[in-house]
Amino acid sequence: MPGFAKSGKRFPTHIVVFLAPAVIVYTLFMIYPLLDSLRVSFYTPDDTGALSFVGLGNYETLFFDENWSKGFWNALSNNFILFAIHMLVQNPIGLLLAALLSLPTVRGRNIYRTAMFLPTMMSVVIIGFVWQLILNPLWGVAETLLDIIGMVDYFQPWLGQESTALVTISLISVWQFVGIPMMLIYAALLNIPEELTEAAIIDGANHWQVFWRIKFPLILPTLGIVSILTFVANFNAFDLIYAIKGGLAGPNFATDIMGTFFYRVLFGFQLQMGSNGMGATVAAMMFLIILTGVIIFFFAVQRRLLRHSF
Amino acid sequence: MTSITGFARKGLMLAAVAGVATSMLASAPVAAGTLKIESWRNDDLQIWMDKIIPAFNKMHADIKVVFDPMPPADYNSAINTKLAGGTSGDLVTCRPFDASLALYKQGHLTSVNNIKGMENFSSVAKSAWTTDDGKVTFCVPMASVIHGFIYNKEIFAELGLSVPKTEAEFMAVVKAVKAKSKYTPIALGSSDQWEAATMGFQNIGPNYWKGEAGRQALIDGSAKYTDAAYVNTWKALAAWAPYMGKGYKAQKYPDTQNLFSLGRAAIYPAGSWDINTFNGQADFKFGAFPPPTPAGQSDCYISDHTDIGLGINAHSKNMKDAEVFMSWVASAEFAELYANALPGFFPLSNHKVSLKDPVAQEFVNWRGKCKSTIRNSYQILSRGKPNLENTLWNVSAQVLNGSMTPAQAAAEAEKGLKGWYKPHQ
Amino acid sequence: MSSKPLVQKSLSATLVHGILICYSILALWPIFLVLINSFKSRKGIFNDPMALPSAETFSTIGFDKVLGRSNFDVYFFNSITVTVLTLGITLLIGAMAAWALAGYKYKLNTLLAFYLAIGIMVPIRLGTVSILKLVVAMGLMNTLTALVLVYIAMSLPLTIFILSEFMQQIPNDLKEAARCDGVSEYRIFFQIILPLTRPAIATVGVFTMVPVWNDLWFPLILTADDSVRTVTLGVQQFVGQYVTDWNSVLASLTLAIVPVFILYIIFSRQLIRGITAGAVK
Repeated sequence: MPGFAKSGKRFPTHIVVFLAPAVIVYTLFMIYPLLDSLRVSFYTPDDTGALSFVGLGNYETLFFDENWSKGFWNALSNNFILFAIHMLVQNPIGLLLAALLSLPTVRGRNIYRTAMFLPTMMSVVIIGFVWQLILNPLWGVAETLLDIIGMVDYFQPWLGQESTALVTISLISVWQFVGIPMMLIYAALLNIPEELTEAAIIDGANHWQVFWRIKFPLILPTLGIVSILTFVANFNAFDLIYAIKGGLAGPNFATDIMGTFFYRVLFGFQLQMGSNGMGATVAAMMFLIILTGVIIFFFAVQRRLLRHSF
Repeated sequence: MTSITGFARKGLMLAAVAGVATSMLASAPVAAGTLKIESWRNDDLQIWMDKIIPAFNKMHADIKVVFDPMPPADYNSAINTKLAGGTSGDLVTCRPFDASLALYKQGHLTSVNNIKGMENFSSVAKSAWTTDDGKVTFCVPMASVIHGFIYNKEIFAELGLSVPKTEAEFMAVVKAVKAKSKYTPIALGSSDQWEAATMGFQNIGPNYWKGEAGRQALIDGSAKYTDAAYVNTWKALAAWAPYMGKGYKAQKYPDTQNLFSLGRAAIYPAGSWDINTFNGQADFKFGAFPPPTPAGQSDCYISDHTDIGLGINAHSKNMKDAEVFMSWVASAEFAELYANALPGFFPLSNHKVSLKDPVAQEFVNWRGKCKSTIRNSYQILSRGKPNLENTLWNVSAQVLNGSMTPAQAAAEAEKGLKGWYKPHQ
Repeated sequence: MSSKPLVQKSLSATLVHGILICYSILALWPIFLVLINSFKSRKGIFNDPMALPSAETFSTIGFDKVLGRSNFDVYFFNSITVTVLTLGITLLIGAMAAWALAGYKYKLNTLLAFYLAIGIMVPIRLGTVSILKLVVAMGLMNTLTALVLVYIAMSLPLTIFILSEFMQQIPNDLKEAARCDGVSEYRIFFQIILPLTRPAIATVGVFTMVPVWNDLWFPLILTADDSVRTVTLGVQQFVGQYVTDWNSVLASLTLAIVPVFILYIIFSRQLIRGITAGAVK
């Protein structure tokens, strides 16, 4: 605060200089196209593609026309399942791996970290293909592996059954993206001053205690960021499901999430025509959902965490 | 390591095919006067580069043509966006019916009524790319695809089976395959959903709903999906499930193709376009038979579906050249060339074309024996929401998966149609 | 001083390595599967997908087809150009903006932070049609520049978000001390703040790189010619709906994995250096 008082006497040119390039590119290529598209959610196109204003008509259709609302709520609830699986599986695994990697005595951590982060680097084209190959009942990779450990009776075409498809895809996604929480948490753990942990160890605490009593509270803000990022990423997810299950997200829409629903509405699918107006409406809803989640998170959780730890 | 060998290999390849490579690089920035064709047929790239375009250039050396396909799943959305943004190629491959009709109505495609050679197409052939009032045709019909069954001749010989003509015979054959051997009787998966609807429902259905008569009856509302004809089609489809590959619920289209082309399945419910794939990959003899007829039926019907057309981007800067190319596409020479370069895509023009591929010829022969129709969800009926075609995918896959009965599937399809289509209300 | 008995220590070390090794195998094995199968014949792939290529099944037919059919070297060059430019520019202007938000207090601060965070929440694909119109209007159609600009806009929000969170943890005293010595705000940023931020920058760099390298959508929409096509799009062409030629598919997937791996190794060194430098301070 006192710093600002000094430099605040004159116009803070440096702040403008720091901000300008990012704000300009971002506004031009992100905000403007988004606003321009959202504007369209209040319009409906006719056969020739000309737009006419319909107010909240599109939103009414989305929520009160069963043809739309059923798909919307189904996609939304599937999306929450996807998010829940990431929170319950991906982030704990990421935390565990980061905690193990950051132990002072572990050798070869760079090799481990490179190995674990590699799936994150791959495009979904690769991930989708390879997991379908592995789980495919015809070519028998997963089946052979289960046979080795004597569990072959449990093998099922997981990606094809309504009851298991979404969970299977979620776990593939977890496998791919676990590197991100791992990296973020790992970086946070490394930033904890060694004096803090050393003192505790000298006092006779073991690594387990050091982690939970000293390190864990310090990385809570990072875990907060990881949670927000997971939430946002899951509600924007699209590619993996599109690559594995196609635009219709079968069987019987069991793997349909907001991203695939939005894609089908905006661009159409097979004989179903896309609609700019309805597409923009779905996008606006996605935006609202994510915004609500992020705001809840910031005000209820993150603020408190920050106050706690600093 | 891998990358080094990769690049070394690439170097060798470059040296070997230097001519091709340089010409491809040189053509990269599309100059004015170059015609670019947008397409979803990325499988055909090689054939266009090696056969079709050189044949065109023999007559019109001054017009440069580039065939630039993209992945089929992205095609509809990408082409709409490119046309809206004014960045599409000069020629646009047309999906049948409403997808292309919408592009025409939005002013992205021009009329092709006056293209030389359009007189070679019947109104049926043009129907997929003509306005509802029949006045304007906006794409030149290129090819149709026919549904039927491809079978592994060696497996049939090994097990002493003969080609089934009726549905009872068909079921006897698949039973025999299952009982006598380790082969999968029917290669079909439900994971991609469209296989169930297109290779299953639309393949065997025309026999049940009497082809065109049934299709028109659905459009004018005198028939409903809950009628016996449609429920029975799904019943026949449901009977296949015990004879399909292990874990067919997770089996995707490429898996299905590989299952058959590796010689592990006896019968493949097919689209004729598969012939080309199998010619390249199967090292056994295969043949084809039309959809088996239901009990007590003497006449037969096949799905001979108008599938690909070619239109002109209304904002093309090379309109003259585009028209020249289009009239060549409407010519006998193109029909002959295309049909033989891509066996399984059958020309829609009235030209007499001789096919060199025996299996493709077998498919075409059915046109003489059976009555042709197109898929019943394509014209008009898929304009509303819920989309009928998408519903058919969903329910047909569910019928195969056993999560829906044929009657439920029929009720679901009819309910959707009733929701927006006047003649069904 | 309660030093643990040696046995217990080595036991827990074994456990730690055991978990890490198991997970590493889980992470690498599927990718390994793609690599080995890309060097096998078609029959070899399907008869025993898990076997290493043997004298009988070894085949490079997939690579021959892929490399013969397309300009993979051009695609590589394009992908690397786009990724490196996006990364460099995003990190620089993103760090500047993050510092403007984290390092100073002024009226618009919170509002700007929120404004710049909106982009994290919305998929940029939503604006595709408008972006296309914009790119056409600017005459950037069919150029790598258009891709770079879109990717920068796409990557900035998260970059700024993470970096400003990180920069908020930098003690104020550093800045104050420098200011008292009369150091300019620009030099404070470039000579004090930026070096301190390196570990976070390295992390953000990796996050930025991944989606840019792997993006399929914008190359499809904004580029039309072979000369500006990226690797991921090139690969996708072999994995289309009607492609059953798994030799080509696996070979092209392998070709797409290799450069990612190299890029990651390069950045990973930076990343480690950055992280350790940051930790030591």
